[in-house]
Amino acid sequence: MSGHEFQSFFPESGSIDYADTASSITDATVEEMRQIAARYPEPRSALLPMLHLVQSVDGRISPRGIEVCADVLGITTAQVAGVATFYTMYVRKPGGKHHVGVCTTALCAVMGGDILLDEVSEKLGVGEGETTPDGMFTLERIECNAACDYAPVMMVDWEFMDNMDPVKASAMIDDLAAGRPVQSTRGPVLTGWRNTERLLAGFPDGRADEGPSAGPASLLGLQIAEERGWQAPTPGEIAAPVKEENQ
Amino acid sequence: MTDLLTPVLSKNWTQERSWKIANYERTGGYQGLKKALKTSPSDVISVVKDSGLRGRGGAGFPTGMKWSFVPQDNPNPKYLVVNADESEPGTCKDMPLLMASPHTLVEGVIISSYAIGCAYAFIYVRGEVAHVIRRLQQAVREAYSAGYAGKNILGSGYDLEIVVHAGAGAYICGEETALLDSLEGRRGQPRLRPPFPAVAGLYASPTVVNNVETISSVPSIIREGASWFSSMGSEKSKGYTLYSLSGHVARPGQFEAPLGITLRQLLELSGGVREGHELKFWTPGGSSTPILTPADIDLPLDYEGMAGAGSMLGTKALQIFDETTSVVRTTLRWVEFYKHESCGKCTPCREGTWWLVQLLRDFEAGKASEGDIEKMLDLCDNIGGKSFCALADGAVACVTSAVKHFRSEFEQGYHTPAWELFPYGRSALFAKQSEGAHA
Amino acid sequence: MSVEAKAGDVVASDLISVFIDDTEVKVPKGTLVIRAAEMIGVDIPRFCDHPLLDPVGACRECMVEVPDMGNGRGMPKPQASCTLECAPGMQVKTQVSSEKADKAQRGILELLLINHPLDCPICDKGGECPLQNQAMSHGRGTSRYEGVKRTFPKPVSVSAQILLDRERCVLCARCTRFSEQISGDPFIALVERGALQQVGFYEDHPYDSYFSGNVIQICPVGALTSADYRFQARPFDLVSTTTTCEGCASGCELRTDHRHFQVKRRLAGNKPEVNEEWNCDLGRFGFYSGRQDDRITAPLVRENGELRVASWPEAIDAAVTGLKAAGSSVGVLTGGRLTLENAYGYSKFARTVLGTNNIDFRSRQASDEEAQFLGSSVAGKRLGEGVTFADLQSASSVICVAFEPEEESAIVFLRLRKGVRKNKLTVHSVAPYLSNGFAKLNANLIAAVPGTEASVISTLDADADTVILVGERAAGLPGAFSALADLTERTGARVAWIPRRAGDRGALEAGCLPGLLPGGRPVADAAARVDLAAAWGAEVPSAPGLTGAQILAATAAGELNALVVAGFQPTDFADAQTTRDGIEKAGFVISLESRQSEVTERADVVFPVDLIEEQAGTFWNWEHRPGRVNRVIKRVPSPMTDVRVLAMLADALGEDLGFRVPAGARAEFDELGAWEGARVAAPAVAAGGLPDVAFPTSLVLASWRLLLGGSASTDGATALLETAKPDVARLSPATAAALGVGAGEPLTVTARGGATTLPLVIEDSMVDGVVWIPGNRHGAGLGELDVVAGETVEVNGGAA
Repeated sequence: MSGHEFQSFFPESGSIDYADTASSITDATVEEMRQIAARYPEPRSALLPMLHLVQSVDGRISPRGIEVCADVLGITTAQVAGVATFYTMYVRKPGGKHHVGVCTTALCAVMGGDILLDEVSEKLGVGEGETTPDGMFTLERIECNAACDYAPVMMVDWEFMDNMDPVKASAMIDDLAAGRPVQSTRGPVLTGWRNTERLLAGFPDGRADEGPSAGPASLLGLQIAEERGWQAPTPGEIAAPVKEENQ
Repeated sequence: MTDLLTPVLSKNWTQERSWKIANYERTGGYQGLKKALKTSPSDVISVVKDSGLRGRGGAGFPTGMKWSFVPQDNPNPKYLVVNADESEPGTCKDMPLLMASPHTLVEGVIISSYAIGCAYAFIYVRGEVAHVIRRLQQAVREAYSAGYAGKNILGSGYDLEIVVHAGAGAYICGEETALLDSLEGRRGQPRLRPPFPAVAGLYASPTVVNNVETISSVPSIIREGASWFSSMGSEKSKGYTLYSLSGHVARPGQFEAPLGITLRQLLELSGGVREGHELKFWTPGGSSTPILTPADIDLPLDYEGMAGAGSMLGTKALQIFDETTSVVRTTLRWVEFYKHESCGKCTPCREGTWWLVQLLRDFEAGKASEGDIEKMLDLCDNIGGKSFCALADGAVACVTSAVKHFRSEFEQGYHTPAWELFPYGRSALFAKQSEGAHA
Repeated sequence: MSVEAKAGDVVASDLISVFIDDTEVKVPKGTLVIRAAEMIGVDIPRFCDHPLLDPVGACRECMVEVPDMGNGRGMPKPQASCTLECAPGMQVKTQVSSEKADKAQRGILELLLINHPLDCPICDKGGECPLQNQAMSHGRGTSRYEGVKRTFPKPVSVSAQILLDRERCVLCARCTRFSEQISGDPFIALVERGALQQVGFYEDHPYDSYFSGNVIQICPVGALTSADYRFQARPFDLVSTTTTCEGCASGCELRTDHRHFQVKRRLAGNKPEVNEEWNCDLGRFGFYSGRQDDRITAPLVRENGELRVASWPEAIDAAVTGLKAAGSSVGVLTGGRLTLENAYGYSKFARTVLGTNNIDFRSRQASDEEAQFLGSSVAGKRLGEGVTFADLQSASSVICVAFEPEEESAIVFLRLRKGVRKNKLTVHSVAPYLSNGFAKLNANLIAAVPGTEASVISTLDADADTVILVGERAAGLPGAFSALADLTERTGARVAWIPRRAGDRGALEAGCLPGLLPGGRPVADAAARVDLAAAWGAEVPSAPGLTGAQILAATAAGELNALVVAGFQPTDFADAQTTRDGIEKAGFVISLESRQSEVTERADVVFPVDLIEEQAGTFWNWEHRPGRVNRVIKRVPSPMTDVRVLAMLADALGEDLGFRVPAGARAEFDELGAWEGARVAAPAVAAGGLPDVAFPTSLVLASWRLLLGGSASTDGATALLETAKPDVARLSPATAAALGVGAGEPLTVTARGGATTLPLVIEDSMVDGVVWIPGNRHGAGLGELDVVAGETVEVNGGAA
């Protein structure tokens, strides 16, 4: 009843999908990989962001992606594969346009995350790790995403969707499916998982100023303190808030 | 007497576009840096030492002391690595801080780097928080543009490069040596210590790894002084910190208070346990800290207070569970988390969490056998303290503390499923749409 | 266990005292607790720990209690003894004296077994399995685990040779650490994580490493097995013999296991001074050549132009008739695969029975300059009088000239790599490009067009901490040996000659050279001849002998009447066709061989000699270290060795060779000892220059043999050969561009003897104007092209 059955046979583990050799990696991608490598004193540090870039281009960790990373960094493909299969954000099958994550770690699960995952799964008609036939959504069970004060939490394209319930989730999926704008509760309008992967590779998308500074739960203590006039002792010279002109 | 809440880190979060450098500067931002650059690096370390600041990532190691371990005569470059891999279940303080005020961290990074003689700093953020990464990337770019980072910072002759590095999904990378391996482009598995990172960390060079909140506390300490900081908090746990309240409370959220506040006080501020329910158990600092009961709500939430209660302050992530919650189910879900996040390097963690999950599933399903509690505790004894890093200790702490406080619930697992004892729908904030209450 | 872990190497004042189970042990600083415990016979169970790999602390089996770290404080938790360094005054309690340690060890063992299959009865490792053994000694009798075991589809072919059963793996990471740390071939790596963690590889890049077999040997369970040995035998049915590998001049100790008179497998022996606990795949898996259909088991004599089976007396009569007719107009070609004893047999047979100095072991490119260098700097030396493996590790720098360690003496490569990793050794390679082997040594390339090495050497800097390793290929580089002799004289650097074949060093010492008698005695030195004649009780010819090439030219020209030939292939020589012609036209040819060859086809009498695994003897390695070759297969009471055949021939010729079995030859050789008089003078040959090239279609050839390639010695080793490198040609980017040939496209190299077409690899580090091809292409040696490195070849894109 904990939601996921205990798996003990792993026929597909240990590698990426070699059968799918499709790749959209171009010389420009390789050039961007070299740019990433140049950010670090030692190039191998660039491997994680480079693999994010591979996902943004190929929608998964592709065989070509592994080969190119190995080539740029001068390490073996086995070493790249070891890294690519260690981290859960790297996927082996092409992901849908939107990555839909439902947190089911203990607290979210208890607060309704288990129910939410069932509901979203039914709504999308796919199970965990699967992608809808139209390529719009990939559903995944995720672990604690550092937003517990907003439980139950979903992450769509790795943007916060706080205080979710089945009704909100259903409406959000309908909106995304219909191409209507959906905004993260603490973040920008969702544009798709691959764009996020590119951001994680270190290429900004110009959306940093979208969304609020904080959600209500984050501000709760501060608001109580302000109401009651509580503050740290002998505060320094802190100017009053200034409204900034639009940039 | 200090006020109950003391917003410093969170002070500017309600400001309009608080994440922009201009707004940060208007609320005193980068004053600490300017002050620091006028003193010597060793003086900065002294101030941090004197403040009594201890690591906010869980272990509570004195920050100034950690910095002073960096051998300045080592010919290799020095590195600062900020641990922004916030992943401990229940922990949700660093992400809002970075989203609302990334410059607080960036300023802290620059001051701290200056103090330890570092010319290359890294901020390792978990990858699953796109918007936090956006804000942080932008803040670093703004800091470069403003002359706070890059070459010859504010004309001081001090150079610093700052790289925001996104992880890719691995709780274990919150462990500092695993984080370093990950930052080197490897599998995030913990390293042998010694050598400690201060001597041979990133690229085998002297490295300081600090939590986001720790480094973010540095600007205010430099700005306002060590004694200002140490005037807050308890005897050995100085300063303010962020407490995160989540779960079955009326109003979950972040509370910035001097160390030593109690759960009772925090619950009062947040409207108490959700209406019509009462506290059953809680964690003081994430799932790796042994659970506590209502009997412990008047204990000071500081390093010593929690250690005295047989738990740990951890990340000050207070997860609140009411009487509808099955301890067995919650424990199982935590251990499933550890099984999922075990890096696989060492036997007790890799195999032990695999076994524990199966045992706990039996308890949850009411299919455990007489004697399984003893077997599980013995298994915990074989795992705890034997593993390579502390991850497995966290998994074991969930189990042993749960059995310690709620043994009878586990005994009921010999015959009755947890979902019958504690219908799961009652714990949730909503019911399942299609079938009504979750079985 | 490695040599440096031995306390004996350390002066007493450096030792610290620790107390293990209340017994005081003195160990060098830095010693791990698990090693210290071994010293007093306390066997702490372990899986990931391996003395030659960096500590990892992964399996957690070796837990001990530390009640006192030496500072009065105890460790609160049990510690992994494989990662804990001894501290002065430290108290350690192992399972012997601590219940806590014992429980910790039993607890970990139980965890290791919960997902381990109970397939010991069908597992190759069963019977010699550390997991099995330690489960018996440190485990509990029954399992408390009632859950489901982790299962994977099985097995995975990590390479053509190595299979992985993931279920059996305990994830100690010995194999992945070996591949990364020791051999530098991380084509296997840990993949996935947590309970799914496993050893993996990338499908298109199998674990083709020259050292891959070692991972099977160090696997503490049956997770890694070889295609060759899988399901072939039970360990307890095997008979093991310690011997010395015949694969190259490194002289690795081997453990060879046989059953029913057939070798089933070969393992690396434990010889810290030489191969530590490693060997290469050629040594491990290359033992099938003797079981081919072409094995010769009876003497053959030529009758009416055809070879036919003959009786031994018949064959000896035929041989004696031929030899008597030839008189001293005979040449003896011994090749480089003989044991010292057999080589000594030929050396003495040539001098005392045939009365000639026409003898040469160099079935390859050779020069007088080389012979002079060998006579002046190598022959007559004993272990300790030259460079050793340990010296390679401790030198500050090693310069390799005409020598590719990974290809031409693989264990030298491993030791150099250890020096680089552990001792800040810097390696330099005088070569036309930085090969992958040298790249793994972080070597510095001193680029030289083949043939110009001598001029490069004369500009080198060195000091007394420098070691120069020169390969046998230097014989083709005019002036190289002379320049080296000069460099060592000038700088105090030490030089070691590392030939490729296992028998070369011994053959040199046995006197299988036209100008050199046993023990480094110069033929030209009357005193040396007298010394030897006295010992032998026979005349030692004073006329200078012919070299191998001269012998073959003389037989071809009808100037020499007969040949006595031991094992070699015509393609081993620089010019295969001339060699064939020389044998063909010799009036009378005696061949001593195990298998049919191009030599036996052309012989008049063929004597079958037994395989190396059936013989006893000695291989001298490049350090001048005698390595014992022991009889593995004892099917017959007395094996037919070259020595025995030569003794029979001597008898029939009315002479006494003085010994009939290898042990006798060895005793006589030892009795002789090394020559204490003047040595051959060092060579002084002018440096060679660049041949005329018409860039880009006429290029200078570079070439060396690869460890695995075309060679009769690996016949039948199917899986091994599948892991060999593909045959390719290499050019610099500029040369390739000038020729208009791209990477992967066919490149044709044409020389006097023919042409070969190989796919092109562009080497960034390659000097311009040079083309490299392997010296032992699959199925054909360089000799087929009648060309040697340093000569020009015609090169063009496309097929021939």
